[in-house]
Amino acid sequence: MKYLDSIVIGGGLAGLRAAIALNQRNIKVGVISKVHPLRSHSIEAQGGINASLGNHIRGGHDDWKKHAFDTIKGSDYLADQKSAAKLTQSAVECIVEMEHWGCPFSRTEDGKIAQRPFGGAGFPRTCFASDKTGHVLLHTLFEQIVKFEHGSERQQMQSFDEWFVTSVVIDDGCCQGVIAMNVVTGELEEFKSDAVIFATGGVGRIYGRTTNALINSGRGMSMPFWAGVPLKDMEFIQFHPTTLYGTNVLMTEGCRGEGGFLLNNKGERFLAFYDDSKKAMEIAPRDIVSRNIQKEIHAGRGFEDAYVHLDLRHLGEKKIMERLPGIRVLGLNFAGVDPIYELVPIQPGQHYAMGGIDTNINAETRVIGLYAAGECACVSVHGANRLGGNSLLETLIYGKIAGESAADYITAGGPPKKDEGIMKDALKRDEDKINKFLRSSGKEKHSEIKMDLNNIMDDKVGIFREKKSLEKALEGVRELKDRFKNIKILNRERRLNQELINIMELEGNLDIAEVIVMGALAREESRGSQSRTDFPKRDDENWLKHTLAYYTPDGIKTEYTDVDVSMYEPKERKY
Amino acid sequence: MLTSFSKEVSESFIPKIRDEWKMAKTKNVKGIRVMEKRTFRIFRYDSSKNESPGFQSFEVPAEKGMTVLEGLIYIQDNLDGSLAFRSSCRAGVCGSCAMHINGKYCLACETQIFALKSKTVTLRPMAHLKVIKDLFVDLKPFWEKYKLIKPYLMPGEPGPERERIQTADDRLKLEGLIDCILCGACYASCPVGETHSEYLGPAALLKVNRFVQDSRDNAEEERLNAVSGFDGVFRCHTIFNCQEVCPKELDPTGSIADLKRKIIGKKFGLSKIYK
Repeated sequence: MKYLDSIVIGGGLAGLRAAIALNQRNIKVGVISKVHPLRSHSIEAQGGINASLGNHIRGGHDDWKKHAFDTIKGSDYLADQKSAAKLTQSAVECIVEMEHWGCPFSRTEDGKIAQRPFGGAGFPRTCFASDKTGHVLLHTLFEQIVKFEHGSERQQMQSFDEWFVTSVVIDDGCCQGVIAMNVVTGELEEFKSDAVIFATGGVGRIYGRTTNALINSGRGMSMPFWAGVPLKDMEFIQFHPTTLYGTNVLMTEGCRGEGGFLLNNKGERFLAFYDDSKKAMEIAPRDIVSRNIQKEIHAGRGFEDAYVHLDLRHLGEKKIMERLPGIRVLGLNFAGVDPIYELVPIQPGQHYAMGGIDTNINAETRVIGLYAAGECACVSVHGANRLGGNSLLETLIYGKIAGESAADYITAGGPPKKDEGIMKDALKRDEDKINKFLRSSGKEKHSEIKMDLNNIMDDKVGIFREKKSLEKALEGVRELKDRFKNIKILNRERRLNQELINIMELEGNLDIAEVIVMGALAREESRGSQSRTDFPKRDDENWLKHTLAYYTPDGIKTEYTDVDVSMYEPKERKY
Repeated sequence: MLTSFSKEVSESFIPKIRDEWKMAKTKNVKGIRVMEKRTFRIFRYDSSKNESPGFQSFEVPAEKGMTVLEGLIYIQDNLDGSLAFRSSCRAGVCGSCAMHINGKYCLACETQIFALKSKTVTLRPMAHLKVIKDLFVDLKPFWEKYKLIKPYLMPGEPGPERERIQTADDRLKLEGLIDCILCGACYASCPVGETHSEYLGPAALLKVNRFVQDSRDNAEEERLNAVSGFDGVFRCHTIFNCQEVCPKELDPTGSIADLKRKIIGKKFGLSKIYK
């Protein structure tokens, strides 16, 4: 058994930021991650991070309140407004801190941090480092972690790379630690800890057409869910308008922020034909642009009924090489097109889960000592639709808040009862479960179940949803859950068994997919990313509320809770 | 033996010319689906077992747009669940899947199968690192060297209230230095690492230069001293392998040369010449 004061699960931006916050309070912290922290999905973030620095020539009158309003309006008024305000209020401080830690942001001509326009924002407030913002932020945070490791004489900061967490141990509403498996040896071990912070990222791989990394299985959401922590607003899945056709690799919103056009098969900038995007055009929020691309494809004005074109040619070689070099390489490697000279085939694809583990404004869940931050959490600051550039901000701000909340809890004494027996019981339970998988003599391949799940989610729980297809999707997912009981395994070894890990992740995928479909089916309105063709209007009277899904032995149970609208009155959303 | 090996290398060398990439154009873009069988010849070894290493071949139905990583996933899902390899972003930015593909270190996720000239895809793990299993190597020495060079900004003084000012020209010096994804392809391709295991290696030295070149960093002397010893920049034989294999097309050799110049300049009071 390993003893630590606190544990952070996930080595992406939120996890590392939380670990630094704990370390700064002299609390012993272990970062457990199933991949090396620098392989986390945060590294793929391209476009930028929002803060009202006012460095752009047109940004002089920007402030955090305007940023908060844009975030809330962008969320289609489902964000908890005080949480959104907390996010934007500390944004400037957070960017400055990252700069002081060495983050190489792109610069303006007078040497300040450069900013670019992004969808749904009143001012150009997205700070960036060409199109590798996630890369430089994650590297900077990891460098700070190394610095803290160097500075710590008593191993206050430890990392457990390539450890796969199998369950979180909760006793009497109080978190006791986690059980994790060493990926290389395949052995399980108990991690006893006063506080646990989940920072495990998104669920993109439930969908087939997704921009997410292969590791984004959503397993991190399923563990607290099975332990009784509710998931909030899971039906709100963001579809990014511009993902590369074929592989769905992300083409940053910065492409449009820097002036790129979206063209249909007649070469028209079709966003002008739609009321909700005719003014903001390419920099309308993501939900609106995605919907309008899909409508254009449905109307037969796309290519091969599957994609439209992103045109960057007019930006010129110099600007593309300076501001979007990574995009060019992705175009070359994954679509064989050079954006400097050619049109890029793009289609909307799953990008982000607005929902997640239910937390309050202090990143606390309903279980004492259990916290969540980043994409796996739902505070909620993004409501029904997230604005580009706000997710990186959320990881840093709420990662820090989670770390500080945990530090407060630990310095105040931690859990009242520290029982080691319960850790041993949990270990035994997980051991049995793994052995059951390894001995399984079923017929169903995990890759086939996963592919069927991907198809169901892509076809029936996509941008446009309606009752009949959602019901079919629910039926389909439940069928897959039955098929999962008859799982087949080729590799029966404990050591470095990636197939076993895939199977354990798939188990979580299926439950989360069910939560998403149930939430989408129950919510009879269109709000933000959820567009019900059978209920095309937003319905504040009945549906201005958060969905909460609980795991119970008899199936998933849904409840609703109020939205904080204490600052801005909900209004119709127009751009 | 030698001739046949170099033949394999030259035939299967991955072309980086645009037209060649166009040949391997992504699936369905032109509405064409081409399926062809390809043989994956993969290095197999399990360090926990008392068995000698060897190659195992698998038949993979490849289609246009399919990457080597997708081929590996196909094998793991359908043919042999015990195959071990690393992967994460599948978009060439996280650095998990560097391996030796038909004679050259590449990222498996951005290598199109159809862009390889050979019909056999031969995969080996990264060199100079202990193989844990198959293509899954122990990167510990690589990360230790990265940590050794103090890879964090040392400004020497607390920051101002807002961001530090950095001119666009100063920022430009960091291009090509901040882009390293630490995949380890350069580390594995460097023959110096084979004979002198303590050598810091191209990735770590590029990182040193990233901080030396940063106008906000204030620890040049400490950094240069740290890399001027036996295991530092002068151990580099200027073989250019690192520069040739880098999937991000960075230039570690150039960075090492920059550092050498600076060290020589300081040592002999020639700072004006060797900037």
